[in-house]
Amino acid sequence: MTARALHRLSPFNAVSLALGVAFLYLPIVILVIYSFNASRLVTVWGGWSLRWYSEFFHDRAMIEAAWMSFRVAAVSASIATLLGTLAAVALSRGARFKGRTLFSGMLYAPLVMPEVITGLSLLLLFVAVNAERGFWTVTIAHTTLTLCFVAVVVQSRLGALDRSLEEAAMDLGCDPLRAFLAVTLPLIAPAIAAGWMLAFTLSLDDLVIASFTTGPGSATLPIRIYSEVRLGVKPEINAICTLVIALIAAVIVVASLASKWSRAAGESAAPL
Amino acid sequence: MSTRNIFARPARLAAIAPWLWMLLFFLVPFGFVLKISLSQTAIAQPPYVPVFDLTQGFAAIKAALAALSLDNFKLLVSDDLYVLSYLRSLVVAAVSTSILLLIGYPVAYGMARLPQRWQAVAMMLVIVPFWTSFLIRIYAWINILQHDGLLNKILLALHLVSAPVVWLSTDSAMYLGIVYSYLPFMILPLYATLAKMEPSLLEAAADLGSSPRQAFWLVTFPLSLPGVAAGVLLCFIPIVGEFVIPDLLAGSDSLMIGQTLWLEFFTNKDWPVAAAAAVVLLLLLVLPLILYDRLQRRQLEQAR
Repeated sequence: MTARALHRLSPFNAVSLALGVAFLYLPIVILVIYSFNASRLVTVWGGWSLRWYSEFFHDRAMIEAAWMSFRVAAVSASIATLLGTLAAVALSRGARFKGRTLFSGMLYAPLVMPEVITGLSLLLLFVAVNAERGFWTVTIAHTTLTLCFVAVVVQSRLGALDRSLEEAAMDLGCDPLRAFLAVTLPLIAPAIAAGWMLAFTLSLDDLVIASFTTGPGSATLPIRIYSEVRLGVKPEINAICTLVIALIAAVIVVASLASKWSRAAGESAAPL
Repeated sequence: MSTRNIFARPARLAAIAPWLWMLLFFLVPFGFVLKISLSQTAIAQPPYVPVFDLTQGFAAIKAALAALSLDNFKLLVSDDLYVLSYLRSLVVAAVSTSILLLIGYPVAYGMARLPQRWQAVAMMLVIVPFWTSFLIRIYAWINILQHDGLLNKILLALHLVSAPVVWLSTDSAMYLGIVYSYLPFMILPLYATLAKMEPSLLEAAADLGSSPRQAFWLVTFPLSLPGVAAGVLLCFIPIVGEFVIPDLLAGSDSLMIGQTLWLEFFTNKDWPVAAAAAVVLLLLLVLPLILYDRLQRRQLEQAR
């Protein structure tokens, strides 16, 4: 046994890797295939058809819920990206400041906090201040959760950044704000974009927190899907889920293209 | 060095807005949970007797303090339903986290052994399901596990079973769903520590005469323990409070605390008891949460 073989991929490693990936993807592939099934019985294959997609586009309540989810996701992701980026900058560049421990604790805890607790506590706050529950309460709740994810994504990028670039900019006469806008911000832009997209998909996905914080008449898409799924499998739900997956896939493709593009731009700018 | 200090002050100013937001929408709401957990149930809208109405002056505060009650907590301790829910949640979380570690470790290990180019692809493959809806992925399993679903069809076709097996509404389905949903959370921190490891350490171990197996247990595994801790906490804490997966995949004869809380809140409209259940759940999770917070802070601040 040579030392080299110790850190090569053994057959066992390769098989466990392949099985792991198959386990993650197979159910989704099956779901997508069955969404094109012509048969009403979900498990009987009746040939390819777009029937369930047209059913969805005629389902007013579903469309309204999808639109609500889309708006909540877009608005909350934007606020969360702004606040999360500010938080990341403060944590990675702010050195020591008062309340730092509490601040980072408040940012990391929601990442793992059971959603029932977050949802219930926000609802009790909204009831206590007599806020009308609907679009804005769900948006605030989602912003609170997702800004923490944005902060982590941006903070890890800021941590990996070469700080001498910022220092060089300031030695050349930039004040800190200009140095940040001219040097740091373009370099962390891909992470900020990735943070926005992560926030968007997390909001689009959330059932529990939205259930607690929404009001009557403003259900989000996951809330409607959930109430249908409880009653059993319906082919229309397969079609809706496939559309959501397609949207998320598009977001991911855009995100990876954007990061590739910005990396290329960074490389071509380097010789200047 | 001085430029760093110049940068630090405006960076601290950046903290103000997110600090206030998290204070208002994360920390303050826990105060309301605590407050309502101490109040009494009422048939009203909202369904609890208000305590601490600060607008009524000092006399009212005194009266309110006297009206505080621990009844909801007494109920939680004395009623089997709640005690069993908490126990079941802890057991389910412990069992699923162990399964996740057993499956996630070999996958992460395989990823870290891939050629550099392929590591990025494998990482992407693990992250993508995390972006896809939780609910949709559980629904995908309902498709497969239902009475005349794909799994039973395959088993019947292979003559492994003679009649369709009941998969839905069982604990096995729930464990499958949890493991499936949380696998990326286990793989990613494990991969992060395994990928950083120096290959020369293993070569040194081999030169000193250890077999690959010994080298793994003496070198690789101990060095990967921070990743193991991160993965375990990242899975264990949210699984304890999980609602969607047990609700859709497990049977209804025994509930996890997330389901009990949901039931109290939405079906029984007993907000004070739901709030008390949340307080106790939070107390159960305080220790793992502190550990997780330390780990997370150390990891992110080491990167600087």
